This record gives sequence, structure tokens and C-alpha cells, in this order.
Amino acid sequence: MTVLEARGLHLLAGGHTVLSQVSARFEPGQVTAILGANGAGKSTLLAALAGLSRPVGGEVLLDEAPLLDLPPRRRARRLGFIPQIPEIAWGLEVRTVVGLGRLPWLGARGLSGEDEAAVDRALAAARVEDLAARDITTLSGGERARALIARALAGEPEWLLADEPYAGLDPRHALEAGDLFRRLAGEGAGVLLTLHDLTLAARLADRILVLGHGRVLADGPPAKAMTPEVLAAAYGIDARLRTTEQGLSVDILGRWS
Amino acid sequence: MKRISTPVVIAGLAVALVLLAAASLMAGRVWVPLNAWTGADPRWVIILELRIPRTLLAIVVGAALGMSGAALQGYTRNPLADPGVLGVSSMAALGAVISLYFGFYAPVLGGAPWLMPLCAMAGALIGVLVLIGLTGQAPGTVTFVLAGVVLNIVAGAGVALALNLAPNPWAVNEIVNWLMGSLTDRSFADLQMSAPFVAAGLVLLLFTGRALDALTLGETGAQSLGISLSCTRLLLALGVGLAAGASVAVTGVIGFVGLVTPHLLRPFLGPRPAGLLLPSALGGAVIVLAGDILVRLIPSAAEVRLGVAMAALGGPFFLGLLLIQRRRLS
Repeated sequence: MTVLEARGLHLLAGGHTVLSQVSARFEPGQVTAILGANGAGKSTLLAALAGLSRPVGGEVLLDEAPLLDLPPRRRARRLGFIPQIPEIAWGLEVRTVVGLGRLPWLGARGLSGEDEAAVDRALAAARVEDLAARDITTLSGGERARALIARALAGEPEWLLADEPYAGLDPRHALEAGDLFRRLAGEGAGVLLTLHDLTLAARLADRILVLGHGRVLADGPPAKAMTPEVLAAAYGIDARLRTTEQGLSVDILGRWS
Repeated sequence: MKRISTPVVIAGLAVALVLLAAASLMAGRVWVPLNAWTGADPRWVIILELRIPRTLLAIVVGAALGMSGAALQGYTRNPLADPGVLGVSSMAALGAVISLYFGFYAPVLGGAPWLMPLCAMAGALIGVLVLIGLTGQAPGTVTFVLAGVVLNIVAGAGVALALNLAPNPWAVNEIVNWLMGSLTDRSFADLQMSAPFVAAGLVLLLFTGRALDALTLGETGAQSLGISLSCTRLLLALGVGLAAGASVAVTGVIGFVGLVTPHLLRPFLGPRPAGLLLPSALGGAVIVLAGDILVRLIPSAAEVRLGVAMAALGGPFFLGLLLIQRRRLS
């Protein structure tokens, strides 16, 4: 069992403080959604938790040891990260891109049989097997998003950190992605996502972390964390959480001026 | 186009290289056919003293430029990158011109021959470091090309200043002749001065392969895969600095090899940057060797300089590339 923990994080973005005194402990086997308005520091926090930036204060711990003390390759084996704006420079085949996810595991001789098997599993899990031979730059936004989820899964990490993985996904593929994240958590991985869709977050996540005004506004199960007061403070909206037959639902009634 | 497996492409390039090397030993003002390749024939001296070092140097320089181009294109994620376009070659040339200007290379003036490659490599290294420094915060095609423009202007101004202030017409003549880029009348001493540095640079560049692949996913993507960006930049700067710097030091500026070679190989091998490094070294050697044979065969009063010929061929190629890119962007 591995535990990812933020302890007193103080984070900058573009030279300005976006978050201070962020402490949170993440257990594996759960899906956690990080919510907050634009500029609240969701991506900044996720990058710090992935060990991709150095906080000006506090630290990120993986199994009680400082994450940044871990050699990059070892860190990359344990934490998979999907950036918000996928950048793809060359017209590589989807299978080759997914294979890049095996880089932290590669020996001197390139992809082994075991690596290829992991790539196959990742392609299947993200439902992009039929796209495997396609040039990734010719895919639609949603197809590309799924291919990049497969890329992160190929490394078979203990933690999956995804920054807005739903951008560009149609409703059906969004549901499939949700099932995938839930299944990963069911298999014992830890999943951390930043999201904008409140209803989606409420139904998908075991735990919600709401950021706003440079700190954590709420942290807990959806029904506890997504109160009208918290949503008003985080987004400046008037919203209510409601239980329906399909699960939780967030009704947005208007905005506070 | 149909992809061809890497070993087949490498084997094909190697065969082409061997055939061209044989042709390079034969071709020139004096034709030396195969049956004259013995110590008994007086023409053997031409082969031994002129053609063998020239041929080997063409291979060394071509490999250095080809792989540097492939590595820079991989790192910048920009198919228009190459040591010439990004100003690295000009900075190396500036270093070499400074050593020519002050006579560092001439033993009679208290200098040593190896100071010229050293100055050129220092120039190239500074060039790559400035390039990486200028583009560190906002890497992107535009910043890289602009940084290259800046370096080219600065280096060009430095070279012009050296010509302007040159103490005598011979110094001007020497600098201008050398700047045009050529393999004519190079000796084993030139080979000794460049080959070890080029070899070291190429080895360093080969180690960047996986990082270049990972950079396909952007800097954050590469970092999340456990790639150390600072380590990659250091390897790249040292590798290109040594390889391109040492070749510019002995041959002057030969442009467009680094730009063209990866382009010609991509249709066969695919665009994965690591897979292009070694084939680009071989491909660059093939192109420089072929070009050098061609300039020897052009029936002109003075030999057309290789650097001039490459620029004449490379210009239209670059233009074509721009037009294709523009169509893709629009």
C-alpha cells in the first residue's frame, strides 16, 4: 500500500502564490477529484504531487519519504501523469506513443516482450486498440485524449494523476473513462483527477478536494465537500447537490454577482 | 510511403558509403582507376596524401552534421532545425575566425594548431547553450528560430568585424576562403584534430535518444516519464558543440546537411527521433561524400566549394519544406 501526501505545500505559478498550506493525504484504491475555479491552482497542485515541480514550501511524500529525493526514473515508474494540454510533436503511431509510457522500465535493449504485453493491456484498457496503427496527429481530440490515457497506463503506475482527462471526450467515452478510473482504483491504484464537471465529479469520485482563495476549501466525500457554501466560495455560483436515481447531481441555479 | 526496417536502411546506407568512398578515391582532376591503387603507380601518392584524408574527413564531417541535425530537430521538435539554421555553425565559425584573426593556429606566432578546433568547439558550445538558455522558459518553433536568427546575426557581425579589422589582405583571404567550407587539400593532421572530438560528440548524442523520444510528449510529458531535462540539455549541448564545432573547425561552414538528412530518412524510418540518430549520421556522411565528389567533377576553373554547393542545393530544399509546412498549417 502506498500513500501520497502533501504536507504544508506552498506553490507558485508564474511567480505568484497560488496555493499555501495545502496538506492532504491520499490513500490508494480511491478516486479523488480536485475541483476549483480557473486559476485556483488545480494543475499546479497536481504537477507538484506528480513530482514535476519543486514547491517553495512544504513537501510531497510518497510512503513517508520525500518524493523529490526519488530518482526521476523510479518516481516515473510509480506515478503516471497526464498533462492537461497534450503536446505531440511528431506523427508517431499510437502504439509507439503508448510505448513511450514504458520508458521508465526500459532496459538497454528497448521494448521487451513484457513491455509489449503492457502496451497491449493499456491499449485495451483505454479502448484504443483499433487506433493502434494510426498516426496520432490525425486523431480527433477525444481519440487523442484516450490514446494519452493509454500512454499513462502503459507504465502500470501505482498512482495515476490526470489533469482534465475529460477535455474533448464525448458523453459515451466520458462514461467509459469514468469506468476505467473506477476500475483502476478497484485494482488498488490511486487516482487523482482535476475536473470541471461538478456532477461528473460527484458521481465518480470517492473524495473531493475543493481549492479556492489559495487554500483547500473542503476535503471529503462528495456529499460532505460539495455544499452550497463551498461551491459558492469556490466558484461564486449558487448550486445545490441533489440525490437522484442515477446518483448525485449538481444543479447550478445561478451565479453570485 | 512504406516503412523500411532500420537495419535494412542502415545496411543500405553503409553499402552506399563504401561505394562512394571508393569513387571518392578515384575521382578528381586526376582520375585514379582501381588498377593504379598500388605503391608502384605514382598516382598512389595522390590517393594516400590527398584522397584518403579527404574521403575520411567527408565521412566524419557528414556524420557529425547529420546526427547533430537529427538531435536538434528532436530536441526542438522542429523539422526546420539544424546546426546552420540555429546559428550553432556560425558561432563555431566565429570561434575559428577569432583564432585565425589572432593567428592562434600558427606555431610561429606562439600558437598551436589544435587551438582552432578548440575555439570552434567553444563557439559551438556557447551557441547551443545560448539557444537553450533563450528558449528555456518558452520552447517553441518560433522562439528557437528567433534565437537562431539572433545567433546568426551576432556571429555574422563578429566575422564581419574580424574581416573589417584584418591586419592585411592575406588574413582576409584566409578567412574568406575558409568560411566558404571545403574539403580540398585537407590532411591527416586535420583528420586527427577533428575525428576524436566528433566521435565523442556522436556518442554523447546517441545517449539523448530516449529523452528525445520522450520529448515528443512535450517537456512536462518527458519529465513525467522520468527524463531529466537538465541532463538532456547538457548532453545535447556538449554533443552538438563537440561534433559540429570540430567539423566546422577543419572544413568551414557546410550547411543544410543536418537539415536535409533527417528529412530524407523520415519517410523510410518514421519520425521517432531516437531511431533517426544513427541513420542520420550515415546519411549525412553519404550526402557530404557525394557532394564532395560532385564538386570535384564540375569542370570549372576553380573548384566549387562544397559549402557553396550545399547552400545552392539546400536553399531550394528549405523553400520546398517551408511551402509544405505552410500548407499543413493553413
